[in-house]
Amino acid sequence: MKLLVPVKRVVDYNVKVRVKADHTGVETANVKMSMNPFDEIAVEEAVRLKEKGAATEIIAVSAGPTACQEQIRTALAMGADRGILIEHDGILEPLAVAKLLKAVIAKESPDLVILGKQAIDDDMNATGQMLAALLGWPQGTYASKVEPADGGIKVTREVDGGLERLQLKLPAIVTTDLRLNEPRYASLPNIMKARKKPIETLKPADLGVDVSPRLTVLKVEEPPKRQAGKKVGSVQELVEKLRNEAKVI
Amino acid sequence: MAVLVLADHDGSAVTQPTRSAVAAASKLGDVTVLVLGPRSAADSAAKVAGVAKVLHTEDALYTNGLAEPLAALLVSMAPEYSHLLAPASAAGKNVMPRLAALLDVQVISDIAGVVDADTFVRPIYAGNALATVKSADPKKVITVRAASFDPAAAEGGSAAVEAAPKGEDPGLSNFLGAEIAKSERPELTAAKVVVSGGRAMGSAENFHIIESVADKLGAAVGASRAAVDAGYAPNDHQVGQTGKIVAPDLYIAVGISGAIQHLAGMKDSKVIVAINKDEEAPIFSVADYGLVGDLFKVMPEFESELAKK
Repeated sequence: MKLLVPVKRVVDYNVKVRVKADHTGVETANVKMSMNPFDEIAVEEAVRLKEKGAATEIIAVSAGPTACQEQIRTALAMGADRGILIEHDGILEPLAVAKLLKAVIAKESPDLVILGKQAIDDDMNATGQMLAALLGWPQGTYASKVEPADGGIKVTREVDGGLERLQLKLPAIVTTDLRLNEPRYASLPNIMKARKKPIETLKPADLGVDVSPRLTVLKVEEPPKRQAGKKVGSVQELVEKLRNEAKVI
Repeated sequence: MAVLVLADHDGSAVTQPTRSAVAAASKLGDVTVLVLGPRSAADSAAKVAGVAKVLHTEDALYTNGLAEPLAALLVSMAPEYSHLLAPASAAGKNVMPRLAALLDVQVISDIAGVVDADTFVRPIYAGNALATVKSADPKKVITVRAASFDPAAAEGGSAAVEAAPKGEDPGLSNFLGAEIAKSERPELTAAKVVVSGGRAMGSAENFHIIESVADKLGAAVGASRAAVDAGYAPNDHQVGQTGKIVAPDLYIAVGISGAIQHLAGMKDSKVIVAINKDEEAPIFSVADYGLVGDLFKVMPEFESELAKK
């Protein structure tokens, strides 16, 4: 089984983002960037499938500025075999990314694509589902368990009331939820080895994809700030305040 | 042009997040609700204030919410609607982006406001910023953040219920089974009061401390990611950026430090109470009432104080 894992470069999850003074977006200059945490889980799952003998090759793909090479290198250090960078400066919406990935998939013919369920920057939760639609493939989103079974894959999904299990035909799309695995840290020897692994660079035009955004961001604002309230001294005082001041119980 | 809302139901009635999606859809046009399930759920949708029409089918193809046949059905219905919406539930978030791609439009996820027919407000970066976006697509496919829209009233409407069209089965996936927790407590995203526990609970057994206070208050039980990852609470209890978004009248955070990813899921609650032994915990910066103390002492005391009138 050949695996493809898309990875996104995002503002690190520990960074407290600031809205730009001109309300055009959030500050990303001089901010720590990392691989989207859900994509790390996707890479880890792919590597585990390969370690189990269920997969033969893992290709890590990223779309965005040249610096996305860092995130591809991270995936290579975790165990991916080679990388593809689709170089583009400017906004890439999930639909555009799905179209780019579809074009890469046409060349590479993977059996399974594992994506993070959501990027922690735009919080869209869409690329995996959109890619599945464009390819006409089944989708197993919010996966907490992935097992090759009966010539396809069995996916356990985190849903609103608990868990559900689906059997998907291959080729298929899986998106990862938090409980799928705990991603490894790349070891120093593997980081060194990753430097020698190949990364191919493409442009959207090479793939014949129009990536023009469909959404225009009119403004980005800070949400209303919540004021810190008061500390109460005792449980009695808390219950009294909730009953008589806030009137919520 | 009419707008379509894909309903979630609990087996007998449409959910409160669905009624919030109806409230958002009402700002865009005449609302048709699509109900895939028992007749009682369709009847409940017909009574929701502001609903003009209900389309209903009990076709077993849609019983388990598989995205592939459901998206195909919605594509076949799309020409009649300017906007297609669903609550941003696990089901809505699963199918709507698939629908959008089939229509060659960019999905607009998790909207928190409707400015006009093309323009919507949505949270980004775990709710640390609000983006106002204008869509150039001819049709809009949207998921709705339930916590941001007061639900349309469950009673007051009298819409006609008609048969939904028949769709094809692409035959790509099969439903094998589910473990859905049955609970007497209110649903997390619809509850007026939520009591959530964090890593400091220490074990799954200790979570009964949260549950018994929740039961005194008629509340739902939530959890932080740390508590779910540690196995103290099931995954569907997770409140936060990538879990459930809640905005109850009262949110009580117990032993939760308050990572931004957790705050993203609950900071729109009307009143927030934080109980934590670390007085520097970031949760106190958003709490209306903070109590510094050991939860294992505070919570039993809280429960007995609630019992007093």
